[in-house]
Amino acid sequence: MSPIFDALFWLAFGALLYAVRRQRILWPLLALALLLLFNQLFTPGFFRLQVLEGHLYGSRIDILNQGAKVMLLSLGMVLVIATGGVDLSVGAVMAIAAAVAARLVVTSSSATPLAIAAAIAASLLAGAWNGLLVAGFGVQPIVATLILMVAGRGIAQLITEGQIINFSDPLMVFLGNGHLFGLPFTLSLVLAMLLLTHLLVRRTALGLFIESVGDNDRASRYSGISSRQVKFFAYTFSGFCAGLAGLIASSNIKSADANNIGLYLELDAILAVVVGGTALTGGRFYLIGAVIGALFIQTLTTTLYARNVSADISPVPKALVIIGVCLLQSEPFRERLHRLLSRQPA
Amino acid sequence: MQLNPKYIPLGATGIVLVALYLTGCYLYPAFGTPRVLVNLLGDNAFLGIAAVGATFVILSGGIDLSVGSLIAFTGIFIAKLLQLGWDPAWAVPVALAIGGAGGAIMGSLIQVFALPPFLVTLAGLFFLRGLAFVVHPESIPIDHPFYAEILPQLSIVVAPKAVLPFTAICFIFAVVIGTFVASFTPFGRNVYAVGSNETSARLMGLPVSATKVATYSLAGLFSAFAGIVSTFYMQSGNPASFVGLELDTIAAVVIGGTLLTGGVGFVPGTLMGVLILGVIQTLITFNGSLNSWWTRIVIGALLLVFILIQKLISRSRVGISSGAKARFPVKRDPPRRVEAV
Amino acid sequence: MPVPCPNQSARVVVGNPVLSIRGLSRRFPGVQALDRVDLAVERGEIHALMGENGAGKSTLIKTLTGVFPRDAGEAALDGVPVNPKSPRAAERLGISTVYQEVNLIPDLSVAENICLGRQPVFLGAIRWGAIARRARQALSRLDLKVDVSRQLSSYPIAIQQLVAIARALDISAKLLILDEPTSSLDDGEAEELFKILRKLRGDGLGILFVTHFLEQVYKLCDSVTILRNGRLVGRFPIKELPRVKLVAHMMGKELQEVEALAQKRVHAAPVREETALLKATGLGRKGSIHPLDLEIRPGEVVGLAGLLGSGRTETARLLFGIDKPDQGSLEIDGVPAILRSPRAAIRQRIALTPEDRKVAGIIPNLTVRENIILALQAGRGPWKRLSRADQEKLADRFIQGLAIKTPHRDQLVKNLSGGNQQKVLLARWLATAARIFILDEPTRGIDVGAKAEVEKLVGALRQDGLGVLFISSELEEIVRQSQRVIVLRDRRQVGELAGAAISVDAILQTIAKEDPEARAA
Repeated sequence: MSPIFDALFWLAFGALLYAVRRQRILWPLLALALLLLFNQLFTPGFFRLQVLEGHLYGSRIDILNQGAKVMLLSLGMVLVIATGGVDLSVGAVMAIAAAVAARLVVTSSSATPLAIAAAIAASLLAGAWNGLLVAGFGVQPIVATLILMVAGRGIAQLITEGQIINFSDPLMVFLGNGHLFGLPFTLSLVLAMLLLTHLLVRRTALGLFIESVGDNDRASRYSGISSRQVKFFAYTFSGFCAGLAGLIASSNIKSADANNIGLYLELDAILAVVVGGTALTGGRFYLIGAVIGALFIQTLTTTLYARNVSADISPVPKALVIIGVCLLQSEPFRERLHRLLSRQPA
Repeated sequence: MQLNPKYIPLGATGIVLVALYLTGCYLYPAFGTPRVLVNLLGDNAFLGIAAVGATFVILSGGIDLSVGSLIAFTGIFIAKLLQLGWDPAWAVPVALAIGGAGGAIMGSLIQVFALPPFLVTLAGLFFLRGLAFVVHPESIPIDHPFYAEILPQLSIVVAPKAVLPFTAICFIFAVVIGTFVASFTPFGRNVYAVGSNETSARLMGLPVSATKVATYSLAGLFSAFAGIVSTFYMQSGNPASFVGLELDTIAAVVIGGTLLTGGVGFVPGTLMGVLILGVIQTLITFNGSLNSWWTRIVIGALLLVFILIQKLISRSRVGISSGAKARFPVKRDPPRRVEAV
Repeated sequence: MPVPCPNQSARVVVGNPVLSIRGLSRRFPGVQALDRVDLAVERGEIHALMGENGAGKSTLIKTLTGVFPRDAGEAALDGVPVNPKSPRAAERLGISTVYQEVNLIPDLSVAENICLGRQPVFLGAIRWGAIARRARQALSRLDLKVDVSRQLSSYPIAIQQLVAIARALDISAKLLILDEPTSSLDDGEAEELFKILRKLRGDGLGILFVTHFLEQVYKLCDSVTILRNGRLVGRFPIKELPRVKLVAHMMGKELQEVEALAQKRVHAAPVREETALLKATGLGRKGSIHPLDLEIRPGEVVGLAGLLGSGRTETARLLFGIDKPDQGSLEIDGVPAILRSPRAAIRQRIALTPEDRKVAGIIPNLTVRENIILALQAGRGPWKRLSRADQEKLADRFIQGLAIKTPHRDQLVKNLSGGNQQKVLLARWLATAARIFILDEPTRGIDVGAKAEVEKLVGALRQDGLGVLFISSELEEIVRQSQRVIVLRDRRQVGELAGAAISVDAILQTIAKEDPEARAA
């Protein structure tokens, strides 16, 4: 049975690759495909799927589930990077959102949906704060978001009063661990957010404005685009995505750990965006590319785990990936490579 | 030397430091003792040494995220070497050399291929952290005779009950060296020049590329030094230690009066920045009821204040604009007046 | 068309040259930037170098100082042949350049800036006392006394420039090249600079002074070399060169030729006397442009003429809200208006196609379609998105209407030729409801056929009752298109011509006319 599913999987994937063969999204997909192929061939059991209690399990499902956080983050990060900036605070905002939700769920008698709403509100506020600093005061994005990155965890800890708040509220637990139609709920959430973001930026002119501002800020302003409003929106939205990711993260461990939730995830998110084809300098951005980039990073992590590479050592391959992707995007490198290759005898 | 705008952030730093310290003395009688001062220097030595190195990178307009990982790596590396029977007299120079080389590699990638410093040092962060665990997956206690017997003797008794540990001496040493290089060597002045206006520096014939690579190498050297000092402090090497230290380093440098855009700043300022972080931590410890997370919040708030001050100052600067820096690639608007070919 | 120059064949010979260049040539892909140019600067002389856009001034300097290698030609310093391979090498030989953008380090002190890269060192440590002394010495050569320990940026640009000159002279002291040194100075500061330059001249230094400012050339310089399109037009002692001739040389006109040029005038119907679309009264900005008056009426094309650097683009920036005026007033449709930003100007239905389209005009990595609909979409806001079908229709309409050469509407704009990029910019604004069009050098870099199309377009705008401010350095174009022409020189308005009075000759005369006010300044 299993080989048939595998064959179907590869057939579908292959068809997908062929369909996008002329588009930029080919590259992250290809990278993902190669990694999966490597596992198909060399990691026994990687492609095994099981159905337990009506739910589908397997390494690939793990990837989708675990990768949800970074996928959500990358949806916000891609817009920020597209405007020519960066958001280093998303990990800390995750912690804040988790802390708010957990705190409200455990201590107050208000309904869980309200707690979740409060968490989202907090993350929106955090994003707006960044937007104010960058768009309103003109502070450099790295610097502005660094502040929240440092202080944010302190704020989260303030909310949890230094404790790790455990909760068992069914709705909260469901967010990160539940299943919908046999697949993890997180997957549905990611798809919903992908759809929402797509509608928000592609069905309105916001996406065009973002790309325009990121590509040539001055010319955009001379054409009547409010570069400030566009940037403010991007950072606020990034905060929103971080809030969602924070809820998922805390749900995963059924607690709010202000110290560790989202640690270093901002770096993963940036990496996902870059692997997905969006340039760090801004301009044209690729939503699905960013999500696939996030999947790629998660697949890398899961691959290492499946091959018994200690989680502590797994940052090393990640580092090499970062350098590799940066080099591919670097003009001087591409020039040298070109010269090197063209010198070889035909 | 009357150089007003340059000294404003530094002055603010000094005021904040003194204010915090006096507040502490006022609130807690035990605060104003030499012992507290000595502990301040000793406990924050590794942060301080790393911050001195980071000052150079930031002065030149770059950024280094690999600090914490390099310190941790050096720590476990030394511990491992000592465990294998190496003599510290050999292990230390080797560790320093690796730090310097690592920095040089990152600097070269950044300069030669025009890669964003942010991402390259991020890769360094990941790489070195993983490498630390490759050296050894857990912490290794150090029981080498140098550490056990000689080290304690290298401290200086400053006052009754106040002993300046060797780590603090290393810290002071690093600050002195850093100040000398920054203010009294042509290389140091080149760093300032490159950070202030790279285009001008190039046109003036300064060795811009070499300078930038050298700052990363120097930072690597100082981080390795900090790692060695951390082993003095903890008497062990731990690959999982110092996660997130790079942020504290950057905070110390910025609060110490160095502009994140480069070109302005002082190593003694960084010393003050580190001390401020230390005093805040000490205040909170003394208080007992205020919890440790307030440190993060206060540091964040301080960072905000200093960054806004910096923004105000740079807005009122006359003449040549300092221009966007290539730390995080920002598309530069070419000068409006384009001279015809 | 290049005018046959009487001096082209004769070699430039000068008595006691500190710098002597013969037959310098340099080619870039597609353009001969320098074509057998001669230049000579005498010892103890201030020599002006002038020329319009594309004349080759900056290429000359860069080739001389080693930024570019030369294709042909020789240079000699004090009779000794030189061929420096870099600006630093040129400096060591004795040729120093101070650029328009003072290339110093703002955060370091004056003394440090002067000695940077050459600090006196003792056992590896810099001797700060010696640096201060050296700096003061260098500045005293310019009769300048300032606190050398203060940060450079705490001084105004005028002083910073002098520090740059002091550094240049400290390094080497034979030939000083100043590239547009007065562009950022006001009249008083420029006068201070001139005093110092005259002193240096007296000391025997040779100075090459690149500038656009006519008055300053006559006030300061001993002789002038004029370039045009990469070729030498001639070298003239200032005393023997009337202004009109200078201007004519720069624009490549011979006065006698002017009448022979066929001028197709657009004989527009007399402009109706109604409320001006745009009326600027005494509008000015310090450091940018002296107060000027300007009016654009419906169905009128107003030309803005002047040499490069005379303030045309500065005027455009004021009218589009990019710069804010510090004096004067603006009325749109008779209603006073303050334009705080380009968005405010656009809301008043003003449109601008900027002079530097690559930097401030096109969004290079967006498609032709996206660039065309951008302003229209910006006006509608983010929520009322133009449907893809509408976008395509609009884009196609303009691609055809303006004959934009592109393989398809989704080609990236950066891949289009300059002329087609310009058309895309025009299309962008034509797609909106703009009523006042500020066109800054709209036909620069466009082939002849496209130029005609643009001119036809301007005519159509006029006929539709819209207003156009037509900025161009090509006088015939201005003469053909405009009902009125405002003439600028040295950042001030020097005249206005209307109707039949408009001609190339008249514009030249107006530019060249000696303005008693300007001279006294």
